[in-house]
Amino acid sequence: MSFDLEQAVSLLQKEFPQDILDIKEYRNETTLIINKDQIHRFCKHLKDNLEFTFLADLTAVDYLEVKSPRYEVVYHIHRFGPDCEENIRIRLKAELTDDDPKIDSVVSIWSSADWLEREVYDMFGIEFTGHPDLRRILMPEDYKPYPLRKDFDVRNREASKESFEKALEDGVD
Amino acid sequence: MERVEFISEDQSIIHEDGTRTETMMLNMGPQHPATHGVLRIVLHLDGEMVVKAVPYIGYLHRGIEKLCEHITYQQCLPYTDRMDYIASICNNIGYILAVEKLLGIEDEIPQRAKTAEVILFELGRIESHLVGIGTNALDLGAMSAFLYCFKERERIYDILETVCGARLTTSYPRVGGLPLDLPDNFEEVVRNFLKIFPKTLTEVENLLTRNKIWIERTKGVAVISAEDAIDLGLTGPALRGSGVPYDVRKATPYLGYENYDFEVPVANEGDAYSRYLCRMEEMHQSLKIIQQAIDNLPDGPFIADLPDIVLPEKELTYTKMESLIRHFVIVYEGFKPPAGEIQHAVENPKGELSYYLISDGSGKPYRMRVRGPSFVNMQALSKMVEGSLVADVIAAIGSLDIVLGEIDR
Repeated sequence: MSFDLEQAVSLLQKEFPQDILDIKEYRNETTLIINKDQIHRFCKHLKDNLEFTFLADLTAVDYLEVKSPRYEVVYHIHRFGPDCEENIRIRLKAELTDDDPKIDSVVSIWSSADWLEREVYDMFGIEFTGHPDLRRILMPEDYKPYPLRKDFDVRNREASKESFEKALEDGVD
Repeated sequence: MERVEFISEDQSIIHEDGTRTETMMLNMGPQHPATHGVLRIVLHLDGEMVVKAVPYIGYLHRGIEKLCEHITYQQCLPYTDRMDYIASICNNIGYILAVEKLLGIEDEIPQRAKTAEVILFELGRIESHLVGIGTNALDLGAMSAFLYCFKERERIYDILETVCGARLTTSYPRVGGLPLDLPDNFEEVVRNFLKIFPKTLTEVENLLTRNKIWIERTKGVAVISAEDAIDLGLTGPALRGSGVPYDVRKATPYLGYENYDFEVPVANEGDAYSRYLCRMEEMHQSLKIIQQAIDNLPDGPFIADLPDIVLPEKELTYTKMESLIRHFVIVYEGFKPPAGEIQHAVENPKGELSYYLISDGSGKPYRMRVRGPSFVNMQALSKMVEGSLVADVIAAIGSLDIVLGEIDR
């Protein structure tokens, strides 16, 4: 099966008429905004029926005081096509609110999402329901704040100061 | 090998005949010469066999993505060096291309700058593969191959030094092209390298490719199938070593790569030896690209004529009021890409490196996300080594060719 990005989008629109909330085009890149409750079903369809086998990237953005809902989880999904000659890439976005930053995990669809989702959890505090091992990946385990949130104070990192002082008090074993 | 069932609570193994044995936990790293930086792997061992391997990363985390939200686009450039510091020039060019795409000025970049960037990018690839192969061989006990590789890498550093004055952290091109014209002897040093390097490459090949010890330590080790490689998000030689011919230079060409004649080497076994073969052949292909680029290096402008984005000439800044003001505004406020977002991918030596930039219309990126190849490739380690011997863990890490600066960012 061979198709281009436009055809892929129209196939998706046919399959998910309710769940594609918006489609944006910018600098030859296509972004679909997806109903966050359907993200797992949507991704599964992308992989199983349209052969988007490669999850290129998974990240999040915090739009504090810029827009509401506050968070966006961003997926870049790639289709190689036969002999890696088609190469179409699609960007999906799911919006999450400040009081319920939770979304379904896609690890069961692409294993590569494992560390990527852990990083998003580590940096933004977004929880991925159904992730097999959701814990901090880059920051220390006992670290409290989420550094890539826009309200994280770069100049005054209280929490890390606290843990440093605690380490000084506890001493070295 | 006997089938085992791993029980995570008390880390013990129930064998098929009902006997129960306990695994031993072995902490590898974070300071270990074979981990290529500060990487910690907790190995659960059954005798000499790895039952489970859990990597712990983050020791080198500097928060580059956060830092870049607070500085202008030009100021982000030096941070990109410090990710994959083995091939910093490739990170730099990848970032510059992403910003140019965000600004929508790709078509304004002069051909001389593009061709020079291709040459530097491919030199960066050779440099990285030399380190990758050299250290992989060193970890497995082949010291001489390592020395040959590092000798040649030094030559590439010399070329980078003539071009931009820096050797390791280049921070070289600028948005819009090159900050200064290439030095007069650029062609000469590159041609000289093209003459000398194939000999060393043959020497390294002679030392390793048919070396019985090397083959036995790498063939059939750390195997990953094509399906698993795609599923785990592997890119670069790690993916092509499993038989998937995906290369960003062919898939979505940038810098005019579609005009160069080169092949994407693929090996089908999916083991450490296949990845080694891919890297070796890629160096030959890079030489081919550099040869074509240096033969067609045009004269003419080296930076785009975009007064809002490109700094005025130093001479004018010192003598003309208007240029001084323009210089000041660009440095102080930064150029302002229109609000929007883009993702730009390049084929870094280690795999797909992509930048996802969001502009809110100000002089600073609203969000800069770096998808580093090493970070994603590293996930495959557990799958590669579980069920193999401890000594093969060393071969697996070396064959993945990771760099911790980019994993931790």
